[in-house]
Amino acid sequence: MPQPADALLDDRPLRRIASPRVLLILLVLVIAFGVVPAIGNDYWLSSIVIPTIVMGLAGIGLNLLMGYTGLVSLGSAAFMSIGAFATYNLLLRVPVLPLPLVLVLAGLISAVAGVLFGLPSLRIKGFYLAASTLGAQFFFEWLFTNYNWFSHESQSLTISAPRLEAFGHDLSSATGRYLLVAVSAAVLIALAFAIIRSRVGREWMAIRDMDTAAAVIGIHVAGRKLLSYGISSFFCGIAGALWAFGYLGTADAHAFNLDKSFQVLFIVLIGGSATIFGNFLGAAFIVLMPIALDRIALATDLSALTDQGALANIQHIIFGVIIIVLLIKEPDGLASLLRRLVPPGTNPRRAGG
Amino acid sequence: MPSSFVKILAFAGALGLAGLAGAPPAAAQDHKGEQLYPLFTYRTGPYAPSFIPFGAGNRDYLTYVNDVEGGVDGVKIFIQECETAYTIERGIECYERYKNGYDGALTAAIYPHSSGLDVALTDKARIDKVPIVSPGGGQNIATDGRIFPYQYPLMFDYWSEAQIVVDYIASKVGGYDKLKGVKIVTLYHDSGYGRDTIEPLGILSKKYGFEDIQIPVPHPGEQQQTQWQQIRRAQADWVFLRGWGVMTPVAIKTAARVGFPADHIIGDIWSGSEDDARPAGGAAKGYLAVSVFPPGTDYDILRTLKAKILDAGKSDLKDNTKFGTVYYNYGVIEAITFVEALHVGHRKFGNRPLAAEEGRWALENLDIDAKRIADLGAKGLISPLKTSPDNHKGETITAKVIQWDGAKWNTLTDWIKADTSLFADTIRAKAAAYAQEKGITPQTNTN
Amino acid sequence: MSFFLETLVSGLLAGTMYSLVAIGFVLIYKASGVFNFAQGSMLLFASLTFVTLVERNVPFWAALLATVLVMVAGAVLIERLVLRPLVDRDALTLFMATLGLSFVIEGLAQLLMGTDVHMLDLGIDDVPISIAGLSVSQFDIFAAGTALLLVIVLSIVFNKTRMGISLRAVADDTLAAQSIGIRLPAIWRIVWSVAGIVALVAGLVWGARQGVQYSLSLVTLKALPVLIIGGFSSITGAIVGGLLVGATESLADIYIGPLVQGSVSTWFAYILAVAFLLVRPAGLFGDRAIERV
Repeated sequence: MPQPADALLDDRPLRRIASPRVLLILLVLVIAFGVVPAIGNDYWLSSIVIPTIVMGLAGIGLNLLMGYTGLVSLGSAAFMSIGAFATYNLLLRVPVLPLPLVLVLAGLISAVAGVLFGLPSLRIKGFYLAASTLGAQFFFEWLFTNYNWFSHESQSLTISAPRLEAFGHDLSSATGRYLLVAVSAAVLIALAFAIIRSRVGREWMAIRDMDTAAAVIGIHVAGRKLLSYGISSFFCGIAGALWAFGYLGTADAHAFNLDKSFQVLFIVLIGGSATIFGNFLGAAFIVLMPIALDRIALATDLSALTDQGALANIQHIIFGVIIIVLLIKEPDGLASLLRRLVPPGTNPRRAGG
Repeated sequence: MPSSFVKILAFAGALGLAGLAGAPPAAAQDHKGEQLYPLFTYRTGPYAPSFIPFGAGNRDYLTYVNDVEGGVDGVKIFIQECETAYTIERGIECYERYKNGYDGALTAAIYPHSSGLDVALTDKARIDKVPIVSPGGGQNIATDGRIFPYQYPLMFDYWSEAQIVVDYIASKVGGYDKLKGVKIVTLYHDSGYGRDTIEPLGILSKKYGFEDIQIPVPHPGEQQQTQWQQIRRAQADWVFLRGWGVMTPVAIKTAARVGFPADHIIGDIWSGSEDDARPAGGAAKGYLAVSVFPPGTDYDILRTLKAKILDAGKSDLKDNTKFGTVYYNYGVIEAITFVEALHVGHRKFGNRPLAAEEGRWALENLDIDAKRIADLGAKGLISPLKTSPDNHKGETITAKVIQWDGAKWNTLTDWIKADTSLFADTIRAKAAAYAQEKGITPQTNTN
Repeated sequence: MSFFLETLVSGLLAGTMYSLVAIGFVLIYKASGVFNFAQGSMLLFASLTFVTLVERNVPFWAALLATVLVMVAGAVLIERLVLRPLVDRDALTLFMATLGLSFVIEGLAQLLMGTDVHMLDLGIDDVPISIAGLSVSQFDIFAAGTALLLVIVLSIVFNKTRMGISLRAVADDTLAAQSIGIRLPAIWRIVWSVAGIVALVAGLVWGARQGVQYSLSLVTLKALPVLIIGGFSSITGAIVGGLLVGATESLADIYIGPLVQGSVSTWFAYILAVAFLLVRPAGLFGDRAIERV
């Protein structure tokens, strides 16, 4: 794992140039809440912007665990599914709760599960830990399939949001769902920065860099590791709820299968370990690449050269090749590439640390 | 750093891709005056073996309509593929891409080719007012068109299938009165699809007195030793096998391992293709399956396709031995429902591409009767299909029973008709409960 | 009681099928520290190549030999194009690279050989025979025998041949091995080739059971809990872990399954493995590779 010890150092100059940063944040907010909803059409919002943001949030969740604390999880999608099913059941069974509160509660429920499945991390490491997090992956997929109480005795085991509204606004249109996702993302990004800049964040990085040393200087390693699992799952849980209701519209347990967990892992590795904004680059890659490959195949009309099935398989191969090439050529992820392209000091993504 | 130029190029390329991916669809108008058929594909992944012959049947029939018949009443069909890899998220992207037409061609209906995607699109389609059509694989409760105006679970459902299986078993044991004490195991794929028959079999078991045993197989189903040991221990008489993908051949093989006879296993419509039986080798000999898409090439329409498409080198099939297989014929049948709906729409709205709302009207007024089937050259391939605003599935629900002889499927029975009145009340009540949960007011007949 | 025994025995035998897959992981992990997720795709690719050749009327042994050559060529390519550029990178990156690799191999397999489901007949019928009053499938016994034979051959190769000894040297101490002149790329090529051949054997056994098709790549998931229990770097562990997982999973499905109205086989082995590690973090064959906190 890349160990940017300078992540800590990176922060310092940024504090001094706070005012351009505030301006940049304002700019991002204006774009996010003014420009995008105004110019984005249904297709853009529904199939590209929303899934990118949501997967980026899931990436942040895993990055907090992997990039900052140095722990592995191959079960991110399980915690996403907990968030989705918790949101559904809270909305359905406790109708007095407003949506924002439900999302937070769903995140907390997912966090509790995260702490529970983080327990092995106190005893084991490396791939043993990674493989054991798969237990969560398969267990929850089974749980939400086997007991249809979770899907309100639905015949198809599928959940769909009974109502999507906040502060009296109906959020079921594409723009509404985008706003829900964007506001949640803004809050969660701010929260993520607050955490990694706090004492907890610094202690995580100390554990990541060398846990015995961290213990020597008085860090409560076990507690911090579990907290890391909890917070990571909190982010994943909310991302899962947004994935189910902000993007898909409906979901079943299999929408959060192992492939989804691997996608989250790809996002972190492609976007860059121990960054926040890098996750959105990784997510954009994961969401856009299959669509782009499909589009190129359509636009260039290769069907004359080869048949459709071959084309689909070639896309599959290219996707794999691009991942391998990225891993070889960009060890620190897209975020670091961007960092090198833009002169230092002016780049807000440095804040990603 | 020496390679950074390359990296910048690569990144710029990636951004270019992003731009291409995000380019709003339907910018050009090259296909104005044509009817869009968004073909949702899954040519990769575990279910590709089912899709490839299916997609070929689908495409070949539409190619035939375009090239030989000059389009549907003169309106050409514009096929655009979109690979979903059988995942819901990519399916949703495909839906968003094509729901409002593409390149000037209009969308009249969308065939998602996946039961899961059908469910996932229910809410979106209601808001967007786009008909979602799933012949054989739709949601049973969506039969009620007043509550599900945009869902079309045409032709078949798993509840009727359960009933047809029980009917067939009754005919084998010598009448319904002999069903008492007979043990029927349902071995199902543990998913929404697989669980769908638990309720109707419960109802049927109460009615006829057979013993109803339900055993799940977790996805994907590559190990079924314990399930079949349970079946053997229960001394089951019949197994109703509701598999999908690899689960089916493994079930047939494992049955042979524990010594359960193949001719007492009745496969679901998704367990009854050549690719389900052939991999099981000798163990599959005698294996039965329910079929709504009968295999074979002995139909006029297939002979026409062979002459005009296959032999003319226009077929989408790479491997011509797949011609006339269960999934190829399913593809043809599904394309027929689309083309027939367009004919119905053209009679009301004129011979021009139909928009989604017109497509909906057409799908609600489908009437493929015996005479039309004969004209199509599809006698024995499809049974009559007549929909109405109240009934989006069609009035007659039928299926055949087919048997694997070790090399190919043979049709054992004629169409077995399901008694749709048996479950009608239960399904109506479920639909009404759904409407209440979603806050939908059932639409009144506006025709 | 005989039902219990039958469940146990068939579970144990099924477990050896998991072991067959797990051994492929162990080989690669032992020599290069790579957790090779593409093992499942290699299994698919190997068996698909073999069955495609057999269907083109290539004789059995010729097809087997040709497939072995294909797998060796694949190993050389993988070493050159993927592993060498990633040498000295952290284990997680290597793992992700093998995930990317699995996309490539699966795509290639389906591109070159199609997506059809193939029947594979090894000439051993999957029918029950009676041994000491218990009904056991003769195919299962064949599979178990294959696993046993594979382990014996591998042990001989690793313990008696020069190559095997260099390989163990690399596994024990990479730097020391390199300093005495063992060439790492060569070792990697050999190990990935052997893993490819193991994938072929596992692919044939599994393919004969379920047909040669895409889903073969998913049997990887069955092998992971075996690895957690048996250890990533012990071949004996893979066998014992496989037996343990196979037996407990079968018994759990029969006796716990009905309590939860379902089958527990997708997750039971994983939870068992985690519980096992919590009690015994050093694993079954406590070797130094298990990092303890």
